[in-house]
Amino acid sequence: MVFYITQGTAIVNLIQFLGAIEMGLIFGLIGMAVYLTFRVSDFPDLTVDGSYPLGAAVASVLIINGHNPLLATFIAMLAGGLAGLFTAYLHVRWKILGLLASILTMTALYSINLRIMGRPNIALLGENTLFNNAISPLILLAGIVILVFILLSYLLNTQWGLGLRASGMNSRVSQAYGINVKYMQLYSLGLSNSLVALAGALFAQLNLFADVSMGVGTIINGLAAVIIGETLIKMRGVMFALAACILGAIIYRFAIALALNAQGIGLNAADLNLIASAIVIATLVLPKLKNELLRK
Amino acid sequence: MIQLQNISVIFGKNTPLETTVVHNLSLNIQKKEFVTIIGGNGAGKSTLLNTIAGDIIPQNGYILIDNINVTKLPTHKRAQFVSRVFQDPLQGTCAHFTIEENLLLAQQRGEIRSLRLAHQRELIANFQHRLAELNLGLENRLNSQMGMLSGGQRQAVSLVMATLKAPKILLLDEHTAALDPKMAETIMMLTNRIIQEEKITTLMITHSMHQALDFGSRTLLLQQGKIIKDLPADQRKVLTAQDLLEFFG
Repeated sequence: MVFYITQGTAIVNLIQFLGAIEMGLIFGLIGMAVYLTFRVSDFPDLTVDGSYPLGAAVASVLIINGHNPLLATFIAMLAGGLAGLFTAYLHVRWKILGLLASILTMTALYSINLRIMGRPNIALLGENTLFNNAISPLILLAGIVILVFILLSYLLNTQWGLGLRASGMNSRVSQAYGINVKYMQLYSLGLSNSLVALAGALFAQLNLFADVSMGVGTIINGLAAVIIGETLIKMRGVMFALAACILGAIIYRFAIALALNAQGIGLNAADLNLIASAIVIATLVLPKLKNELLRK
Repeated sequence: MIQLQNISVIFGKNTPLETTVVHNLSLNIQKKEFVTIIGGNGAGKSTLLNTIAGDIIPQNGYILIDNINVTKLPTHKRAQFVSRVFQDPLQGTCAHFTIEENLLLAQQRGEIRSLRLAHQRELIANFQHRLAELNLGLENRLNSQMGMLSGGQRQAVSLVMATLKAPKILLLDEHTAALDPKMAETIMMLTNRIIQEEKITTLMITHSMHQALDFGSRTLLLQQGKIIKDLPADQRKVLTAQDLLEFFG
């Protein structure tokens, strides 16, 4: 499958197309995780920049040591969950500002990830990964993302999930109706970071490597997915919001693939985080700019 | 029955700004009693309510609700006994939830929240019934977002939320103060009707002398963290707003 603009110049070839979907799905997981902290719990959690490589590191090390990839992925999720719990613990128990607490965990994780891997990167070439026995890695990945989507949609619509959502919206009312807001923050960050670690573990197994610096910009890329999704799907409700995160991530990766491919713009893969930041800044600034212009 | 025994609340203890907001206060409220509280700014009315709700843990004394000592229970654990309507209509509900979601949240006050879907068909009929009693047409707007409603409508929903499951005690902190006079009256009438129908033990703070005397069965006058007058129904009957004012000297 090749898309053409002018005869002979492909703007996106098949490999790039599949690559964009693949990364879109992985960032769909991160998008849903970021939605959980930023939107549901109103907690700006930067831990994800550390828990994404953490997931990749834990899964990779277990896999090269001959462990079952499913077990490795599961333990990676647990490790990510613990990282999130630690950030929430710093905030809830010791009242450290949420943003700072998450930066502290993220910074510590950089060293921890190096320790876990024992070196800056690990190759998984020839190792037994989750995707080895799959008919199609892409379909398996899509299946996992859809499963997470269904489970999260259900969870957030349960009695407990309603409490979780209320706790991020209005803590006073939540407490008045018997919700332990502190516990809810622990659950939310734990769950969110275990999903990010899952994304990291899946990335490592798909691309056959883990790298200690792969986490830089995870939060901004995840946030970009959430924001793009929100502008595309405006319908109310948790299910639509979660679906928007996945769709937003896929479209975002497509836009990036296009931008990187377009000749004449001169962008390359290293510009990814610049583009991500620009998108997030634009979505934050443009509505205000519009208001100011309308007022004149 | 609600018992407060020798309650003291001190803000900024052991600092130069130390202030005793509630002073060795004792109070018994019988079941089904509707008590109104009046007092000037800084009299300790809101602090007293917040202490009963669990937002503030007193330095001295204890609180019993039906003989259970709740003095040290945090707000979210005390929610099984206590419900409240806040002064600010924005504070009493979740603005981004629909009316239905707010009521679903309130339905489980103080209960364990399970992994069952929150939306249960058998609950909805009861929500509609309760909303219909308000005569504000909200029973057909269960899916409207709370933030789209007017202050008065929100306060009305807040009231339904607080009384959806009858509490051991209902705390009202000037819950009509932020509304226009007409809406304030409507909400006060609704409040009174619900309290009478459900026979809810209630503690209501008000700034209005008339409200304090017109509603409820007992009035407390608070000054500098102490109860300076405790007026039962028969004594209250003959009093006017002017008389109340004179008590404060």
